Amino acid sequence: MQSRLPIIIFAAVMAAIPFVPGMPPFWIVLLDNIGLAALVAMGLVLLTGVGGLTSFGQAAFVGFGAYTTAVLTTSYGLSPWLTLPLSLVVSGSLAVLLGLVTVRLSGHYLPLGTLAWGLGLFYLFSKLEFLGRNDGISAIPPLSIGTFKMLSPGSIYYAIWVAVIVSALLTMNLLDSRTGRAIRALRRGHVAAEAFGVHTPRAKLLVFIHAAVLAGLSGWLYAHLQRAVNPTPFGAQAGIEYLFIAVVGGAGYVWGGVLGAAIVVVLKEVLQSYLPLILPGSGQVETIVFGIMLVALLQLAPGGLWPWLISFLPEATRGKKPDTSLKLEQRTRSPGQSSILLQVEKARKQFGGVVAVNNVSFDVQAREIVALIGPNGAGKSTTFNLITGVLSATSGSISVLGKKVDNAPPQEIVKLGISRTFQHVKLVPDMTVLENVAIGAHLRGHSGPISSMLRLDRADEAKLLAEAARQIERVGLADQMHQLAGSLSLGQQRIVEIARALCVDPMLLLLDEPAAGLRHMEKQQLAKLLRDLRDGGMSVLLVEHDMGFVMNLADRIVVLDFGTKIAEGTPATIKTNPEVIKAYLGVAA
Amino acid sequence: MNTTIMLFLVQDGITNGAIYALLGLALVLVFAVTRVILIPQGEFVTYGALTYASLAAGQMPGTAKLALALGIGAFAFDLFVARKALHGRLVVRSLLTNVVLPAIVLALTVYFAAQKPPVAVSIALSLVIVAMIGVYLYRIAFQPLAHTSVLVLLIASVGVHLALQGLGLLFFGAEGQRGPAVLSGAFTAGALRFTGQSLTVYGITIAFIVGLWLFFGLTLYGKALRATAVNRLGARLAGIRTTLSGQIAFLLASVIGALSGIMIVPITTLYYDSGFLIGLKGFVAAIIGGLVSYPLTAVAALVVGIVEAFSSFYASNYKEVIVFMLLIPVLLLRSLAAPAVEEEKD
Repeated sequence: MQSRLPIIIFAAVMAAIPFVPGMPPFWIVLLDNIGLAALVAMGLVLLTGVGGLTSFGQAAFVGFGAYTTAVLTTSYGLSPWLTLPLSLVVSGSLAVLLGLVTVRLSGHYLPLGTLAWGLGLFYLFSKLEFLGRNDGISAIPPLSIGTFKMLSPGSIYYAIWVAVIVSALLTMNLLDSRTGRAIRALRRGHVAAEAFGVHTPRAKLLVFIHAAVLAGLSGWLYAHLQRAVNPTPFGAQAGIEYLFIAVVGGAGYVWGGVLGAAIVVVLKEVLQSYLPLILPGSGQVETIVFGIMLVALLQLAPGGLWPWLISFLPEATRGKKPDTSLKLEQRTRSPGQSSILLQVEKARKQFGGVVAVNNVSFDVQAREIVALIGPNGAGKSTTFNLITGVLSATSGSISVLGKKVDNAPPQEIVKLGISRTFQHVKLVPDMTVLENVAIGAHLRGHSGPISSMLRLDRADEAKLLAEAARQIERVGLADQMHQLAGSLSLGQQRIVEIARALCVDPMLLLLDEPAAGLRHMEKQQLAKLLRDLRDGGMSVLLVEHDMGFVMNLADRIVVLDFGTKIAEGTPATIKTNPEVIKAYLGVAA
Repeated sequence: MNTTIMLFLVQDGITNGAIYALLGLALVLVFAVTRVILIPQGEFVTYGALTYASLAAGQMPGTAKLALALGIGAFAFDLFVARKALHGRLVVRSLLTNVVLPAIVLALTVYFAAQKPPVAVSIALSLVIVAMIGVYLYRIAFQPLAHTSVLVLLIASVGVHLALQGLGLLFFGAEGQRGPAVLSGAFTAGALRFTGQSLTVYGITIAFIVGLWLFFGLTLYGKALRATAVNRLGARLAGIRTTLSGQIAFLLASVIGALSGIMIVPITTLYYDSGFLIGLKGFVAAIIGGLVSYPLTAVAALVVGIVEAFSSFYASNYKEVIVFMLLIPVLLLRSLAAPAVEEEKD
């Protein structure tokens, strides 16, 4: 957790600025505008930088916030304070509607989709009668407390910056929590997050709503600052501008949004007021220069300015080790449970005409290490994906503890106590090992986004982190706990995945090539760990190519070739099985 | 509604749709090869159209100077990148393509602008000028960012769009312009009147679709472009120069954009900032086509054109709303049919 000190200093400086003698009133106006843009950009940081969802449509949500309060205060005479929650609700609920349509879109559809409805809504604002068409709505009452009316830019300044700082704190709290980790995992694809119970469409919708509510708040403030609204500031250009505020500042950093807003607002102002003096003549010279500077800035610092700036600061102090004495509830393991943990019966998967898995049957008993081996393309990883619900089987059935789980989504499979690692490591590289592993415990925590924002989740959170730390120590990576996962070697990253899977408190652990990229000693440690886990009551199903490793470790081996099971038995029998030898070495001479 | 009006609207829609189809194709092409969502596509349209209109009116278009300026910039970038190993051949080649060529074109433009050139010359000059702008822009703005994320490229694309739009105002002024018809004359078939201009539009669109199809299917460069689109690193390892692929993509996009502009400027008055909206409608078509499929994009573009024509007749106020909201049901369908494949992003 970062220290609060810089934020307190920042708040104090911002509070003091209006009292600086000789402060030009125009600067206060600029600061107001920076604050308004920063609110929207902050939402985009969460949406785009952290969650990986690019939206051009944020200006429309600013418009919803502004128009809601404009209509309600002028036509219905409501108090602005009453319209604040209404503005936020309108932005938020329209975000739900638009989000349901758009957030499930992958990659580049999403930004283009948001651009399209952003434009559509802009034209709607400018055509609807009750929104005043192109002229908009004027004579919006100012904010007031008692008899004090916030008429000047200097008086609403505090309302704006309190909103900015409070929103920044809430957003950072959200990111540093169980929900936040789920959000931060979104950008790297959804398979890994879903394997640990994260409901990714819901998490995406959540950030979408969060960003829209922040935009709505900005719109509400804007309406009462300008005391008039018209469609122009809510168009596609504005939507694009908010996005590049976030990117210039550093999309991925909450304060990057504020920095970006300051840079862009000030730059535009400077260009607008001074360029005509240097380059007289018609035309939008400032737009030209602005566009060129934007491209140049991106070429010099593609990650944005905030990360570039903080790279000059001394490295932040290492996070402190979580208190591992805190315990999470364990899964109840009924003593009389059937000895067959996982039963795969005639599972079949076809991709078009290709049969990847051809009527494969096998089972995994309690306290057993089963290895799934076979040449490349034998269908091992596909079998894993069938068991964990990433793919749905074409036919056949899969049961856990005697209960059929056919075609259940990954989020349900993990609840049954089956957790996995991936053949291609799926960690979030810019999160620490501890945070990555804590995603594994996602389903064992209960705090939602609201309690995370308000920091009511700390007891729950401490237990999750304690569990994560315990599993990291168990796999022997305690020294790397606070390093970024992306900085570890590939072999270590595989071990981190095992720790993450252990956080589920699983009955059955599915490991996809866990020993690949490990050195000899590390492989032995891994084998010891897996034996300990088995002796502690867990079952392991693993795919592995290192035959020495498999033969010494597994209790039983299932051999696949071209999607079909060709042999099953103890290591000793498999070694001498002619079918297996043929599959691996070709026809015996 | 009577049949005549309906036929007329359909015809109007198809003419506009053909233009959107061309732009959609260009957007798909550029995105597939370079991952750049080409917002400045609209500027290629206006630059082409207004350069053509200015030349036809005997005025000197500023775009020719811009091409030279950008060429000098591209030359400087080339020199800077190769500063550790400045081979004579490399310098000469870069100088020829980036500085000498636009200088010659500028000279020709100055020469012809003074004497109201024939239509064919105006078209040729406009296409060459905008094509050079496209290629140099790629070299200056996007090639140095080729390794970054789609988002960064997108923002850079917005920056380029802003700069080009501002320059457009500088070059062509705030007034709209119209150009002379590429092909004059007309004939009537039943209730419908076909102008030579609209026939040109159909002809060129079909020619381009077939041409692109042949280019990608049969030529080595086309295959190299497709390979780059699928896997940049793999293409490089196979010896394909990915920067060349990017330049070809931008060359095609700018030519297509300029040509679209030249085809519509005789029909509608274009302003320096008209391109953005036209380009966006090409986007709508490209998105409906899924940013991957050329035939689907072309069909979608026709639908966009026809919907636009009908909505401008029935609810002209809501024309843009309807066109852009057309996307929502499409997106909805796509999201319902969303594939469960994992996408690795960096």
